[in-house]
Amino acid sequence: MELDSIYTELIAEHSRSAENKHPLAFPTVTQKGRNPSCGDEITLQLQVKDGVIEDAAFTGIGCAISQASTSIMIDLIKGETVEQAKHLADLFLKMIKREINDEAELEELDEALALKNISNMPARVKCAVLSWHTLQQII
Amino acid sequence: MLNQDYKKDFPILQQTMQGKPLVYLDNGATTQKPDSVIAAVRDYYTHANANPHRGAYELSVQATDIYENARVRTQKFINAQHSHEIIFTKNATESLNLIAYSYGLSTLQPGDEVVISIAEHHSNLVPWQRVCQQKGATLKYIYLEKDGNLSQQDINEKITAKTKIVAVTQVSNILGLINPVKEIVKKAHAAGAVVVVDGSQSVPHIKVDVQELDADFFVFSGHKMLSPMGIGVLYGKEALLNAMPPFLMGGDMIDYVEEQHTEYAPLPAKFEAGTQNVGGAAGLVAAIDYLENFGMEKVADIEAELVQYALEKLADMPYIELYGCNSRLDNKTGIIAFNVRDVHPHDVATILDAQGVAVRAGHHCAQPLLAYLGQNATCRASFYFYNTKEDVDRWLAALSKVRGVLGYGA
Repeated sequence: MELDSIYTELIAEHSRSAENKHPLAFPTVTQKGRNPSCGDEITLQLQVKDGVIEDAAFTGIGCAISQASTSIMIDLIKGETVEQAKHLADLFLKMIKREINDEAELEELDEALALKNISNMPARVKCAVLSWHTLQQII
Repeated sequence: MLNQDYKKDFPILQQTMQGKPLVYLDNGATTQKPDSVIAAVRDYYTHANANPHRGAYELSVQATDIYENARVRTQKFINAQHSHEIIFTKNATESLNLIAYSYGLSTLQPGDEVVISIAEHHSNLVPWQRVCQQKGATLKYIYLEKDGNLSQQDINEKITAKTKIVAVTQVSNILGLINPVKEIVKKAHAAGAVVVVDGSQSVPHIKVDVQELDADFFVFSGHKMLSPMGIGVLYGKEALLNAMPPFLMGGDMIDYVEEQHTEYAPLPAKFEAGTQNVGGAAGLVAAIDYLENFGMEKVADIEAELVQYALEKLADMPYIELYGCNSRLDNKTGIIAFNVRDVHPHDVATILDAQGVAVRAGHHCAQPLLAYLGQNATCRASFYFYNTKEDVDRWLAALSKVRGVLGYGA
């Protein structure tokens, strides 16, 4: 395993970034996500109006992979319709499970593509998917 | 002492990991197995496998002999008075559940108190929580001094006439500190309580004498002391075990079974229902032989030397936070719990793994202790006698790279 294929500059930057890590003033939905085996816990908040995710943010604790994955997800879904967010979550999880490998098909995932190599590290897959599973529970 | 290559006895330690020599520092979770233990299990299945206590034929007799010899060997290893005070289980967790469900459920009354320490592994905590809830008893905690040792004040004050059971670990699996079990036993006995000692992290590392401790129950797992997984030990004083109801029911734990009534077998069979792990018991004997031949004092001395060596070097790494390392060192086993500033323990473990170093990261099955320490998770390096100063150097060199990988300055 090459460390720099996992902890890319992009992942490291997102893991340290506080841009998407704060409570929302007017959330319409709030959902907790937990990985009991490692104690990671995030709270995802969305502000949805007329089927569009107008704002999104999270709080919580976790490893660099889970924090970066959450931050990248929020960048991706902000301003999108709920339908598109569902589609992206589905696409992301299929990428991690290696059900879709075609780069062209995954292009929409943009920065989240940086997490593709996590599927080579079974011990850390759950960190990458925590926020996406949490998102699926509320949209 | 550290110059000798004890790793040569352990085939798995000859392997490389991620293309680098394996530095195995997760001995608190499970230890590696020497050739002699692997051979003992193989020999059993190659030459002597049959269901013990069953058949009137040579192989079954041999299997029975191997199994019962393991009981005597274990009795001597921890200096129990009788071999039938040794009950084989699958691990320390099963041993503790047996005590909680058999002794705890049958003796606790509403209003009684069970006292445990905040440093317990979930296996010596959750069963007591459950049994207390079922019986209307109260679960009380002994908390810690600032240096991580058990609070002397709590030991003095929490064990009272209401206390019926005190359940305490001899060594914490995170802090690695040796608790004053003998003193706790004296206080508990004076208050009329029985004492359950979790020896999972002590028996592999220091010499234990259950009669000297005067523990009423004492448990440990084989796999943390060179044995195969799946063999564990429950020691209990004869009178207590005799008075307790059985835990698991079935074959081999009975004298007579009628349609509506069963006469249970005497000790130890009463607590060993079903086909037992004879191969595991054969491995346990080989492990005890190895450790006694090596010398438990030498095990403790090597671990102490490694801890002291590591702590001196860690003192020069200001971005490392340590837990349970401010105590005096003469009561510490080979466990160092730590965090790297700004970096989650799981990332630390992954980055060390990529450099061939195996450490544990997470809550170590002791969430109440971590909450008490104000941590969500930690890393843990845990040594055994086969580790070397070179292992410590490789671990610390790998550790010095962690913050850089995630883009933090030194």
